Amino acid sequence: MTVVEVLFLLLGLVAAGSALLVVTTRTMVHAALWLVVTLGAVAGIFLLLAAEFVAWVQILIYVGAVVVLLLFALMLTKAPTGPQPDLDARRALPAVAVAGLVLAVLGTTVVAGFHGVELDLDGAVVGSAQTTGATIFQQWVLPFEVLSVLLLAALVGAIVLSRGTGRRGGE
Amino acid sequence: MPLWWPLLLSSLLFAIGVYGVLVRRNAVLVLMGVELMLNAVNLNLVAFDAYFRDVLHGGQTFALFVIVIAAAEIGLGLAIVLLVFRTHGQIDVDTMRELADREEPAVAER
Amino acid sequence: MAELVEVLLRVAVVLLAFLVVPLLVGQVEHKAMAHMQSRVGPMYAGGFHGWAQLVADGVKFVQKEDVVPAAADRTVFKMAPAVALLPYLVAMVAIPIGPGLVGQDLDIGLFFVVAVMGVGVVGTLMGGWSSANKFSLLGGIRVAAQLMAYELPFVLAAASVAMAAGTLSLTGIVEAWNPWWLLWQAPAALVFFVAGLAELQRPPFDIPVADAELVFGPYTEYGGLRFALFILAEYAGIVVLSALTAVLFLGGWHGPWEDQVGWLWTLAKTGLVAFVVVWVRVAYPRLREDQLQRLAWQGLVPLVLFQLAVTAIGVVVMSS
Repeated sequence: MTVVEVLFLLLGLVAAGSALLVVTTRTMVHAALWLVVTLGAVAGIFLLLAAEFVAWVQILIYVGAVVVLLLFALMLTKAPTGPQPDLDARRALPAVAVAGLVLAVLGTTVVAGFHGVELDLDGAVVGSAQTTGATIFQQWVLPFEVLSVLLLAALVGAIVLSRGTGRRGGE
Repeated sequence: MPLWWPLLLSSLLFAIGVYGVLVRRNAVLVLMGVELMLNAVNLNLVAFDAYFRDVLHGGQTFALFVIVIAAAEIGLGLAIVLLVFRTHGQIDVDTMRELADREEPAVAER
Repeated sequence: MAELVEVLLRVAVVLLAFLVVPLLVGQVEHKAMAHMQSRVGPMYAGGFHGWAQLVADGVKFVQKEDVVPAAADRTVFKMAPAVALLPYLVAMVAIPIGPGLVGQDLDIGLFFVVAVMGVGVVGTLMGGWSSANKFSLLGGIRVAAQLMAYELPFVLAAASVAMAAGTLSLTGIVEAWNPWWLLWQAPAALVFFVAGLAELQRPPFDIPVADAELVFGPYTEYGGLRFALFILAEYAGIVVLSALTAVLFLGGWHGPWEDQVGWLWTLAKTGLVAFVVVWVRVAYPRLREDQLQRLAWQGLVPLVLFQLAVTAIGVVVMSS
């Protein structure tokens, strides 16, 4: 086992374990904090898989913005401090069945499909800012621009949604 | 490292996300499940990028795009959640049935 | 072996700087603020002008009882100060003070520092939520609202200077720096500094801890060593923000005799910016929450977008 493999297994365990806690914990804010751990571990795996830039974007966008937004929403919707008994609907069993089915199908597909294929990370081109920037602005310019339109639409949508009650009051 | 390791981890994260989306009642927690699923997709993309040694870095670029879409999704999602909280006083997704089909057939207005 | 020793040495130096420099800033705040308000500030501890005041404060904090509110979420409550403090330590590793004088020179250093600094706020949010105190919770909400408003201009201002330099490496940015950038990048520097102040919740942006309204915001329930860690995080944040401003916008080690005393220039510029941070605290009253949001969205964001356009034009004109 190489160092990379050991690190991957450790980070993978952390990611999977904390992800399980995200969906099972009884305290709402704990779920957000465990999500931070999951996202951090996945960012670490990105670093191992030669995706340096993606890893730091993940930290900046997810931990710095998305989780803060989630915490903000939890606080604004009056999430109680203590554990809540009724966070889950009474359909845990079907949910476990569906999730297990998803895992079985996806898992067997990838293991059967890529069994024995080695991922060679020695000498892989690290996705630094330069390589990522060059590919985005040379090969993927059109998707990039479409994405910016999507963001603009989301921005306008969020503003319209947030103003909703004010307009109704004016009628 | 065998290629199926990251792929299996990604499948596991995705399944956990599916479970979270199905079982949680609080809308914000449902969104967290969606984030887990999106992250699983990213892991998959990055793993295949490293495997194919793609000179275009398609996998990593798409992972970046997915992160952007996730940010847009969470912004809109939380705006909706806060609006629902303002009008309903709670954000339990099970009780939001205003747009559902009623038990009795709808009476024609005219 | 020699490499390992070097790495350990660099880490040790960064750790030492992390422990000493924030205290220096704290002492400057005590004394400079006092003199600006026609007071003398601490005079007794240590003898000469109270130089040991913060050491005495530290001893006092250590002696205090470690109190956790009964209704608090104990684990989160106890972890929050560490989560608030550690990111600044990690950020310091990537900030260069001279050519080669850097904990770890990263290819995407700027991105790294900005990303890591955003994590520290999670610590404050954890503290605000887990205290089970309404003032703490309100403070936490204000922290989140403030962060979301100011993260955008902060990152865009940093992006402007990265565009101008054509690199994300902090060392590379200083090397590409030119004195006339002081003019060209002036709006970005202003936005960066103001947004950074707001992210650190320093006055006049200390709405989350506004002591007249919220007792002490997210830190209300903290005492003893954990409170001291939050305060240390604030001072470490000032150091990181000042050093970043000096490196990105004021040219780092550029100055007369830069080959011999370049690192002194960086430290001097950092000290100057840190002094301005203290000065601003004395000079301006606290903003209201609506004024805060208006400043971010109607002031800083349009300004920095304009700056980005100017930077883009400048880069294109100069490269052709």
